[in-house]
Amino acid sequence: MPAGGRPADEAFVRFEGVTLDYAHDGRAVRAVEDISLSVRRGEFVVIAGPSGCGKTTLLKTAAGLVRPTRGEVRVGAAAVAGPLKIVGMAFQNPILLPWRRTLDNVLLPLEIVAPYRERYRREQAAYAARARELLAAVGLAGFEDRFPWQISGGQQQRASLCRALIHQPELLLLDEPFGALDAFTREDLWQVLQTLWMERRFTVILVTHDLREAIFLADTVYVMSARPGRLVSRTPVDLPRPRTLEDTFTPAFTATYHAIRRQVGEGRP
Amino acid sequence: MTGLQRAAREWLPPAGVIVAALLAWELGVRALRVPDYILPGPIATWQAIWQWHRAIWFNAAQTLYTTLAGFALALAGGMGLGLAIGYSTLVYRALYPLLVAFNSVPKVAIVPVLVIWFGIGTVPAIATAFLISFFPIVVNVATGLATLEPEWQDVLRSLGASRWDIFRKIGIPRSLPYFFASMKVAVTLAFVGAVIAETVASNRGIGYLMLSASARFEVPLVFAGLVVVALMGVVLFAAFSIVERRLTGWAYRGQVGIGA
Ligand SMILES: Nc1ncnc2c1ncn2[C@@H]1O[C@H](COP(=O)(O)OP(=O)(O)OP(=O)(O)O)[C@@H](O)[C@H]1O
Ligand SMILES: [Mg+2]
Repeated sequence: MPAGGRPADEAFVRFEGVTLDYAHDGRAVRAVEDISLSVRRGEFVVIAGPSGCGKTTLLKTAAGLVRPTRGEVRVGAAAVAGPLKIVGMAFQNPILLPWRRTLDNVLLPLEIVAPYRERYRREQAAYAARARELLAAVGLAGFEDRFPWQISGGQQQRASLCRALIHQPELLLLDEPFGALDAFTREDLWQVLQTLWMERRFTVILVTHDLREAIFLADTVYVMSARPGRLVSRTPVDLPRPRTLEDTFTPAFTATYHAIRRQVGEGRP
Repeated sequence: MTGLQRAAREWLPPAGVIVAALLAWELGVRALRVPDYILPGPIATWQAIWQWHRAIWFNAAQTLYTTLAGFALALAGGMGLGLAIGYSTLVYRALYPLLVAFNSVPKVAIVPVLVIWFGIGTVPAIATAFLISFFPIVVNVATGLATLEPEWQDVLRSLGASRWDIFRKIGIPRSLPYFFASMKVAVTLAFVGAVIAETVASNRGIGYLMLSASARFEVPLVFAGLVVVALMGVVLFAAFSIVERRLTGWAYRGQVGIGA
């Protein structure tokens, strides 16, 4: 397990003045502007912001899928220059491969990421057992042999979460993993994710447009402005854990909600 | 709806049209008193099939053999070249114009050359079947690779996958339904190629049978050959449609568009 015994206040991920322009029709379109923030090891950071403000883009810079136009992202000691094996990412859509059964979809990272890929043949049974365990943890026991099109959208989203976790990444990047789900499933998965995180204490950066979700899950909530995305507020959430759905109706929760809302309002031009 | 009713709904219209056409053909031939050496009716054609069934069987088997041999070569070669073209832009740029030029040449024009190289017989038929059915397979497989969803690539790239990993893990599986879809088109073309080559340069095969029958003015036998050719074409197409359906169960779930 990651994070064991290391100082908890060490900055594990640092965005340093990250600006990113997309080239579009020969013009530069600024997606995110001058984002600086740091994430402690084992911290659960949520970045909230309106649609199109550059949340996905920001996560992709941390995943090494796109290079910032200016600034850099550091994970551990080094600047991110490409995808890192200690990072797991779940995308906005589940993006499961339709010719693979759920179990095989979850196992995919172990076929690719070192050092698992070298051992894959020998350890296949152990890896499958680990995947089954993870699937059971998100409530997908019994669905291992279904194809993606044979399970619901929410179940696909759970499987995609398992795929992001199977290689035990130290840093988990989640791009609106629950955005497309109904309220019941979404709140169910908040709890699933919280439980997994409390057990394993990986570092999480989750982006969402849902402030309730942000406060429920986060140690720290950052809010971004509309495009080009800039940080407009940083709010620590020190509600006790494990948080329950009832907690979202307590005065403390509501107060945090309103505090963030107010800051977002002030951040507007 | 029961299975029987559904089957009836699917099969009745084409069966009805075929029966009606045969009926019109027979009646027309009789009413206008068209002689057999110009246009034999279905009954005369059937009689010819029956009379010559040994020769037809022998030659049809030969045609089936050359068709499938050429088609098998085209599958292997087409898959290989399609993957290479889809994998490497360099290979694509280098070979694509050549392939298009090659595909534009009518294959009948090549048969005499094949005869010079291989003599009259089985080899030119197999070669023609191969040449004519090879191109659609290449194009389809390359299309499957060229239209790889960027999201799928991102999933693999985020894990640090190499280009080769991406090719193996999603490129090949993604191109398979395109490959299977191209089979039923390609097998029909291979069949056409084999029959053409046999009419020009063979002493066996259903094409040869028809050519020699027409040289002897045995017009009912020519028509018997035509009917057998049509039936074989339909059977081959249907067989590979079933193969395709079997092999690409998931593709039919609307996950992937099938290029023709
Ligand atoms: N490949 C691209 N080329 C050009 N512009 C892009 C590209 N990808 C994203 N953009 C633009 O950059 C901005 C930020 O996009 P991004 O996907 O990061 O937003 P987001 O915050 O994730 O939105 P959502 O909540 O809707 O997912 C958007 O205005 C978008 O139109
Ligand atoms: Mg997004």
